[in-house]
Amino acid sequence: MVTEGVDPEFVVLAVRAGLVVVSALCILCAYRAIAGPTVPDRVVAIDTIVTNVVAIAVLFALQTGRSLFVTGALVLAIIGFITTVSVAKFVTEGDIIE
Amino acid sequence: MLSTLQSVLITVLIAVGCFFLTVGTIGLLRFPNVYNRMHATSKPTTLGTAAIFFAGFVHFGPGGAGLASLVGVFFLFLTVPTGAHMIARAAQRMGVPFMEGVTWPGETDEDRES
Repeated sequence: MVTEGVDPEFVVLAVRAGLVVVSALCILCAYRAIAGPTVPDRVVAIDTIVTNVVAIAVLFALQTGRSLFVTGALVLAIIGFITTVSVAKFVTEGDIIE
Repeated sequence: MLSTLQSVLITVLIAVGCFFLTVGTIGLLRFPNVYNRMHATSKPTTLGTAAIFFAGFVHFGPGGAGLASLVGVFFLFLTVPTGAHMIARAAQRMGVPFMEGVTWPGETDEDRES
């Protein structure tokens, strides 16, 4: 059990800086998701956003010391993979389950 | 309570993860083509998120959430390349053009014109 406030100062600072950086990267990826000229561009951008959000969830688990958020990150990773595969299938075949 | 070694390791892993995620996003924004962008995002984001997962492993220890972090690394290394490959196939079947001078493996110039 990790209690709050026992981490050294620079770890807290690093986790916080990581959260800020990765959140900014999500916003930058959103530009490609909106502007990207073709559909696969948008799918790639959204896939990148999902991977960034997984990283954010793990960093949040580090910040709060709650291990539940690591499990949440796993669930997000699974959802992202299923989304990517189903969109790729839908774009080519016009159908997900044939 | 974290030891000094654990703290330094967590900080280094977070720095490495943020670096790779930044590289991936710059590639996504700057590269000219779907295929190049997909190449730019799939590898660095896998590495970056895996590094941050390892930071979680160092923080939470070998049981419970630490084990979940290792499962997350394994899952990412399996699924992100698979997803990128499927998007690339979809883009090629949709007819998104390659860059000039790039051909599909085993394809000649006559095939491209027909």
